[in-house]
Amino acid sequence: MLSRTADNLFWLGRYTERAGNVARGLSVALRMASLSARFGTDGDEWRSLLIASGCEEGFFAKHRTASQEAAVDFLVRDPENPSAILSCFAAARHNARRVRTALTVDMWSALNDSWRMLRDAPFQGEHLPGFLDLVRERVLLFNGAAQDTMLRGEPWLFVQLGTALERADSTARLLDVKHDLLAPAQPASVEYAQWQAILQSVSALRAYHWVYRDRLDPARIAELLILRPELPRSLAACHGRVLDLLERIAAGQGGRRGECHRMAEEITRWLRGASIGGIITEGLHEHLTRMIESTARLGEAVEAFYIRG
Amino acid sequence: MSQSQSQALTAAFDEMGPQGEVRQVYAAIADWLAGTSREELLAKRAEAEWLFRRVGITFAVYGEGGDPERLIPFDIIPRVLGRSEWDRLSAGLTQRVRALNAFLADAYGKQEILKAGIIPTALVTGNEQFRREMQGFSPPGGVFTHIAGIDLVRTGPDAFYVLEDNCRTPSGVSYMLENREAMLRLFPRLLGRHRIQPVNRYPEELLATLRAAAPEGAGADPTVVVLTPGNFNSAYYEHCYLADEMGVEVVEGADLFVEEDVVFMRTTAGPRRVDVIYRRIDDDYLDPRAFRADSMLGVPGLMAAYRAGNVALCNAPGCGIADDKAIYPYVPEMIRFYLGEEPRLSNVPTYLCEREADRAYVLDHLDQLVVKLAQGSGGYGMMIGPHATRAERQDFAARIRTRPADYIAQPTLALSTVPTLVEAGIAPRHVDLRPFVLSTRDEVRIIPGGLTRVALRQGSLVVNSSQGGGTKDTWVLESDPMDGGVAC
Repeated sequence: MLSRTADNLFWLGRYTERAGNVARGLSVALRMASLSARFGTDGDEWRSLLIASGCEEGFFAKHRTASQEAAVDFLVRDPENPSAILSCFAAARHNARRVRTALTVDMWSALNDSWRMLRDAPFQGEHLPGFLDLVRERVLLFNGAAQDTMLRGEPWLFVQLGTALERADSTARLLDVKHDLLAPAQPASVEYAQWQAILQSVSALRAYHWVYRDRLDPARIAELLILRPELPRSLAACHGRVLDLLERIAAGQGGRRGECHRMAEEITRWLRGASIGGIITEGLHEHLTRMIESTARLGEAVEAFYIRG
Repeated sequence: MSQSQSQALTAAFDEMGPQGEVRQVYAAIADWLAGTSREELLAKRAEAEWLFRRVGITFAVYGEGGDPERLIPFDIIPRVLGRSEWDRLSAGLTQRVRALNAFLADAYGKQEILKAGIIPTALVTGNEQFRREMQGFSPPGGVFTHIAGIDLVRTGPDAFYVLEDNCRTPSGVSYMLENREAMLRLFPRLLGRHRIQPVNRYPEELLATLRAAAPEGAGADPTVVVLTPGNFNSAYYEHCYLADEMGVEVVEGADLFVEEDVVFMRTTAGPRRVDVIYRRIDDDYLDPRAFRADSMLGVPGLMAAYRAGNVALCNAPGCGIADDKAIYPYVPEMIRFYLGEEPRLSNVPTYLCEREADRAYVLDHLDQLVVKLAQGSGGYGMMIGPHATRAERQDFAARIRTRPADYIAQPTLALSTVPTLVEAGIAPRHVDLRPFVLSTRDEVRIIPGGLTRVALRQGSLVVNSSQGGGTKDTWVLESDPMDGGVAC
């Protein structure tokens, strides 16, 4: 496959996933903001969401304080923010347009209709929860269309690779912003609600109860989101998927491998061997920061090998 | 409608038949039209539009505001040619394209036709389209224009004229194919009543033509690509469509690179050697090292690789001298010179404004002539005398006096008409025809049919899609109707 096609498909996967993740982040922040008002905490939810989305710098270049309205506008609509939900859809649509013949009609319609639907939809104030649900549904529809209609060749593998890498990055960032909440401490009621919100952001609240059958516990939340392969948004699951996809691409090319394969294998091996006790003792934040960095390097290595190679 | 417009229409030959009569090849079409209500036809037309939108077959018009993605209007009433009509055309097209290729090889080679004084040397070597980079170079197989589109018009039962030759990067073949697909879906019974020669082999024939152009070192399975300027090009859909149908990659300039005079494309599995490039980029933009240095579309070093014989370019650079409107009047002479044959297809009489006598005639008869830019295309920079206002004619007269070499003029032909579905019902509209001619060292192949363009506005002679033209499916029948005459 042409490198340019792979490039577009890889970023198509990344941008659609990112749009969904920003929407998930916004849902959690909205929930937490309403909780903090009730419990009288500092209400810094919007700022931490901007950090988690990697948008802090761009945002504060334009705004002095992180009010809800400003943060929501920046994360949903602001064309200057490449990670804004609408920017992600525009970029994904642009990628898709350039490789129309590599996509199925269903994938294209899912994307094109979403773009037209979301572009004009109101999203501030009371519209926000409904808007965010719509974004998540549209991303699920796109993923479903890809899953159900795409031929299982390299194009498919590159879309999935983009999705898996972006998801790994997102989960690590989300956890890192909240890492102090997961440090060993006495569970106060505010924290309990915040833990719930973290789990909800990765659609894992129910999953937690199914896996642990017990009250929420910060170490277990960290374990579930980092190490448990059965949770589809855990770091272990996402990186396992990345490795699997890279291996399948290599297999299709007669075993041709590069630095990205080595890196992906190293990350997965570490995630399989680590224990949550060890991670917390050595420092959750340090581990997550390292994970965010190595995910970014892995993404660069994939591009260096397959796209710019 | 002005008086001259109505004259153009009444004088025109209608391909279905003059008032009240039906030519035999259209007999079944006439039956069908008589037995189908206007509502049914309009419903079918709406369905056709839906089909085209769904496959996304659009072209782009820029600079007019609004959505640049347009749909070329498709007329559901087909245009029909009999077997013997087509065979005569086909023989004429084959002959013409053979001569054009011989001329190109000569112009960049020994220049015998110039030495013989048949074409003025300055018209060729001083032409903007003449590529010095091609001098003394013979492309693989000696073919320059592998894919040519020859625009034909008709004025009577046996009167066909070549309006212009397109030897560079002719487009429109995707419409020939999609129009037939649409007709098969919309009117299976009507098609079943005819025996129509199929067109869907075109992508295979094109691929065979391109593979045959591969350089000798390419091996038995040469790698072919389609090179597009990108998704902002008006024919981008066609580039992707043809690549898809042939099962080859459609690439942009940045996907290719040249190393030691060999062309590679960047793939996920590493660099892959490219042997044949079906390029849909103009010469000027092919290679910033050889042609326009500011081109972002091309591939640096491509011409060097081409001249080293490591890659084939289809069509070859420099084909523009063969389809230049100033060269066009000499094509019949080319046929006599290279093939020793009389032309089977006629040219439209053409006046070159740079010739003094021609210019005087043109300026005197502006109200009867079509004036065109010698190097323009797409119906831009053109004036149809009988339809022009006095001010427009004066404007063109001034332009011709200032830059005579830029203009040619031709008599306004009474272009044939074909019944067409318009708002008021079914009415005759003027058409032309662009068949696509594929050439290899050994043979010339033409898929029976081509792109019929129709001027949808009443009385209009301009069929270009950028100027409000539409298209029709073109049927070439397997055989002639039994009596070959006219049914009443």
